[in-house]
Parts: sequence; structure tokens; C-alpha cells
Amino acid sequence: MSDSKTLAFAFMDPPFESERTVTFFRLLDAALERGAHVKVFAYEGAVALSFAKQQPHGNAVHGRDAAQEAHPLTREWIAALQRKAAARKLQFDWINCGLCVDERGVNEAIDGCRRGGPADFWREASAATNSLTIGTR
Amino acid sequence: MKVLQIVEQAFRTLTEEQDDTILWLTQCMHVHGEDTHLSVLLAGHAVTYAVQQKPQPALTLGDWQQSEPADIRRDLDGLLSKGIPVHVLHEDLAARGLARLTLHEGVEVLYRDQLPELYEKADRIWQW
Repeated sequence: MSDSKTLAFAFMDPPFESERTVTFFRLLDAALERGAHVKVFAYEGAVALSFAKQQPHGNAVHGRDAAQEAHPLTREWIAALQRKAAARKLQFDWINCGLCVDERGVNEAIDGCRRGGPADFWREASAATNSLTIGTR
Repeated sequence: MKVLQIVEQAFRTLTEEQDDTILWLTQCMHVHGEDTHLSVLLAGHAVTYAVQQKPQPALTLGDWQQSEPADIRRDLDGLLSKGIPVHVLHEDLAARGLARLTLHEGVEVLYRDQLPELYEKADRIWQW
């Protein structure tokens, strides 16, 4: 690992339900922008953020087909941040809580996201420069 | 059936869904010629919707760039064009310093003491 700082995040909110989800992703992007390694522990509903079977859709109310709507998907946001980290030679580690995954049946995560548990977040937070937890409200 | 949709939370998933989900839901529920009478009350933080002047900023994360950010003005126009009344609560605008801003055309200001009359007109009140 380089001399860059490491920030550990734990996050609980799912996609498509809370403004906190977007704020969380903006924080990750900002951390990478400032040259920090990023460690994420996705807990509870947040394990669906990396679900590989998320699909975009058109929107008749907007009058746009699927291509025009370009519906945002959190799995694509994660992939974009993975690419950004790689381009900057930073670590971007994403761990999904395995039990939370099982509860929800969202086992298929995109490449680069792995299964783990609370002990992983404990270890990563212990080794990190600082940590931030964002819980569901 | 006459339904009053009360929207109090604002911006909760505006970026991902590229609209307000309850304003979208209301447009979807509207069916011409059926016994469907919908109206909307913007209260709480959602009163900010009534004074929006431009679309939401597009989100950028790494090399991912949003191309179709939410535009609440479009959502309000969609409701109003279907004949769905949209009200906004004056006291909640005033509490946020928004009462003197230009309201979206067609949105009607209500005062809190007018709410019982609005509620009485509805068969169902759905608070989101």
C-alpha cells in the first residue's frame, strides 16, 4: 500500500430509496479524488447496491425509452469508482455482509465486490486512518 | 375514489429515479375517464418543489455521468396537464424562507387552516 490515507465506510441504505445513498457515493468519489484508499462494508439493504442483475428501464411518464432514460444503477456507480481507483492506483475494496446477502437473495455481485462479515469491517476500520458509519434512519 | 397525496419528504431518491417517486406514482395512477380523482399537497421539505427554477444537477461519479437528471418542474407540469391539482402549504414555505419566491405556475397555495376543507374532500389521504 502507498502512503495514502485509508478511509473505511459502513453503509446500510439500499439503492432507490434514500438521498443518503447518493451522498454516500459522492463521499466515496471525493475520497478517491483526494487520493485516499477506500474500504466499504455494505450492511443490510446496502448489499443490493452491487447486485449484478440490476437492469435499467424506460419510463413512459418521462416519455423516454430505456436508452433515452439512461436509468442510474448503483452497480454502475460502483464500477465507475473501481475504475477511478485503478486509474489512480488506489485500493477500492467492497465487502458485502454475507448474511445480509443471503436474507435478500442478492448473491450475484459485480466483479470486484466480495462477501464478508462484520469482522472484516472491524479489521478494516482498525487499520484505516478514519472510519464513517452511515446507518439507515 | 378521491385521493389526496401528501408529499412531505423531498429529494429522497430524486437522483436515482430521475423524478420524485410519489409525483411519478400519482401520474401513473391517473386514468382518464375512470373514477380517479387525485390531488397533491406539497408540505414539509417538499414545498421546495414548488419553487424549483431548474433541473437537479447531474451526478458524476468517476467516469459515470448522468444524462437525464430529475426535473421537478416537468413532474409538476405532468400532474397539472392531467388536471391533477397541486397545492403547497404556505406555512411550510414561510418556515423555510421560500414564501416570497415565484411559485411554479399552476400550483395553488393553501394555508394550514384550509387543510380540514381539503381533507374533507378526499375519500382517502395517503401521506408519504
